Amino acid sequence: MSTAALDYTRELPVVEGRPTASELEATIVAPLDQFPSRTWWIAFSVTVSFLTIGAICVGLTIYKGLGLWGVNQPVSWGFDIVNFVFWIGIGHAGTLISAILFLLRQRWRTGIARFAEAMTIFAVMCAGVFPLLHTGRPWLPLYLTPYPNQHSVWINFTSPLIWDVFAVTTYFTVSLVFWYLGLIPDLASLRDRTTSKIKKLIYSIFSLGWRHSNRHWQHYERAYLILAGFATPLVLSVHTIVSFDFAVSVIPGWHTTIFPPYFVAGAVFSGFAMVQNVLIFVRQAFKLKHIITLDHLEKMNKVMIVTGSMVGYAYAMEFFIAWYSGNQFEQFVFLNRALGPYAWAYWIMVACNVVFPQLFWIKKIRRSIPIMFVIGITVNIGMWLERFVIVVTSLSRDFLPSSWGHYVPTMYDAGILLGSFGLFFTLILIFVRVLPVVSIAEAKAAVEGAQPKHH
Amino acid sequence: MNEQHLFSITALFDIPDEIIHAAEEADKAGYTRFDVNTPYPVHGMDRAMRLKPSRLGVFALVFGLLGAFGGVAFMTWVTLVDYPLVIGGKPFWSWPAFVPIAFEVTVILASVLTVITMIVLYLKFPNNAHPLHDTLYMKRVSSDKFGITIQADDPKFDEREVRAFLGKMGGKDIAPIYFDVEELNHRQKLFNPKFFSVLAATAFVVSATTYVVFNKVLYMEPFSWMSTQEKLKAQRPSELFKDGIGMRPPVEGTVARGFLPYAFKGKPDEAGKDLVNPLLPTKEVLERGKSQYLTYCSPCHGNFARGDSRLQGQFPNPPTLHSDKVRNWPDGNIYHVLTEGQNIMPSYTSQISREDRWAIVHYIRVLQRAHNAKESDLK
Repeated sequence: MSTAALDYTRELPVVEGRPTASELEATIVAPLDQFPSRTWWIAFSVTVSFLTIGAICVGLTIYKGLGLWGVNQPVSWGFDIVNFVFWIGIGHAGTLISAILFLLRQRWRTGIARFAEAMTIFAVMCAGVFPLLHTGRPWLPLYLTPYPNQHSVWINFTSPLIWDVFAVTTYFTVSLVFWYLGLIPDLASLRDRTTSKIKKLIYSIFSLGWRHSNRHWQHYERAYLILAGFATPLVLSVHTIVSFDFAVSVIPGWHTTIFPPYFVAGAVFSGFAMVQNVLIFVRQAFKLKHIITLDHLEKMNKVMIVTGSMVGYAYAMEFFIAWYSGNQFEQFVFLNRALGPYAWAYWIMVACNVVFPQLFWIKKIRRSIPIMFVIGITVNIGMWLERFVIVVTSLSRDFLPSSWGHYVPTMYDAGILLGSFGLFFTLILIFVRVLPVVSIAEAKAAVEGAQPKHH
Repeated sequence: MNEQHLFSITALFDIPDEIIHAAEEADKAGYTRFDVNTPYPVHGMDRAMRLKPSRLGVFALVFGLLGAFGGVAFMTWVTLVDYPLVIGGKPFWSWPAFVPIAFEVTVILASVLTVITMIVLYLKFPNNAHPLHDTLYMKRVSSDKFGITIQADDPKFDEREVRAFLGKMGGKDIAPIYFDVEELNHRQKLFNPKFFSVLAATAFVVSATTYVVFNKVLYMEPFSWMSTQEKLKAQRPSELFKDGIGMRPPVEGTVARGFLPYAFKGKPDEAGKDLVNPLLPTKEVLERGKSQYLTYCSPCHGNFARGDSRLQGQFPNPPTLHSDKVRNWPDGNIYHVLTEGQNIMPSYTSQISREDRWAIVHYIRVLQRAHNAKESDLK
């Protein structure tokens, strides 16, 4: 489809061409039945190597203690919290696509929803590692839950860190349930088409005995709608609560009311960049270009302009409020961000998050795969640096100059960050091999002519 | 196959309009026990089958309210009743701080329980023993066909009529579905050896893991609550020093703060001449002196300083303190003996503080006076 021929007044076809339902199914499940290609093995060995490096660093951290990290007074939150916020943010695109766009009847979500949801789950898994390690006793997570114990003391329900525990747990559980609910009909289809006995057993167990019955579809669709309804405020609440970790404190640069919307916008921004980046590979590798179309990628780029501009607005507003508040500590913190020892991080962040995504206003760039890929990567670098700037600059120089410090991460910090990327992409590589990356049932329903004409 | 094991008659259709039409007609013809199987939800099918709207929303509402009120009620109970704790000087019941958790609990209960309700209550899953499973019909509707199945337990069911009806609708591959006779007659037994051994193995693995984790792993590094730390602890050896001792003695000539070394070492006469009791014999000092005397001195010298304790005969006898020699000693001499020791008596510097030693001296004077009281004292 050429660029000039696009007519935006008409709704674009969700699936290009008119593949029949069985062709569509065959395309989507093809990677599940083939032996992985050489490229896959190369990618897999790279990601598993990263994962191993991370696992070694985590093991050493558990054995030796947090002294291996660069954190110390006054910067007691370092890479651990930066990475946590980063990964939680990555997850937000998935829920946004699967829940909010579902409620808004954005049918183009069909091709990318399943993949984005899986990404949410994997990203939250990566995120969860960091606060757990940050506690210093990762084998005692039970202490974070309100359970009756022999000390007869409860957790502090007024602490933002406990809110975080509840928010992230809920987010992970609901995302998993939502994702699994979407998978049930697809697993039934896989069960009925596979010839392998072992696969059939596994699919049978997980499809629960789904029969594609309309008496079931009726409740199923309602449940999906209800879940989308709950996931929508949930996704907004999760990064809001993450931002409370900062905003409820009294550290200059953190104690601001703009944080919740600013964090949510940033999360969606980075999440879309990640989804776009990975989908570019997936659609290429698995010949899904007619299901994950260029139009879908373009729409995601548009979401990135919107959220990127919101993030840029927030940066400007933070400076304005610091000046307008007349509070010398606030004013200093923001001058320090732009001109202090971490100015390099600040200006790379501004370039990556505010300047480069604006190129997407140009249609040619919006529809050029290599350029959008590069911009997607810069957005994620920028968003990671945003969290770095927020966490580190505020802590390293707050009220008393006598207690200022400088944060330098160690190789263990870097190793665990690398390991989290390894975990994320390893899980993705496994996912694309064992489960359909596009919802088969939804894609079949979205083909032209899939729905009755006179209704 | 017996006639009585017939489950239903099925037919397949190619396009959604046909299946909608077939469903409408089946409903009109009065069939109630029929179902439609489509690879994806077909719009308008619920209307065609005249299905009542799903009531899952009611469940979601109930579960959501349960989460919201249950969450707030629990936090209220914890902060007001079970363990009220002042946090940041705020009221015990700081309800705004409960909002985030109440919201999250609402969402998780409503979502998860709604889905479980749907799967268990409405869909009656998991169920892999339905007669439609593993049939050609199921394989086709799972992929790209639209199927209708009219069940044999329908009050209006008549095999020939149903076949004719489906044919009239344009259905293809009209076929009967039978119950799997083997499955019908096959009842799983609890004491099936295979099942039982899996159960036993699971129980063994779970209990073994629990035992190892709670009794072994938790006492291993680094899970042992930091019991091993790379620092010098009192009474522990250390390779850092040549003598291998972790605790270091003070450097020679070290003087404790506020204390001068005893100046009359080996000089009892000078001590007697130059030392003066710094304490006044007040009631408190004498009480103190008494308690210290009874603790440290009386075991040998006796409660009344007569040298008559129960240790007599086991050691060279401790002398009485009522001899003329001791009575005529200046305070400094007695203090010197307490400090340095004499004959078999060791030094008491490490047990009795300087002040307490002087208090003991006062108390010894009291004993001496009491023991050798004059007539005039009785007046």
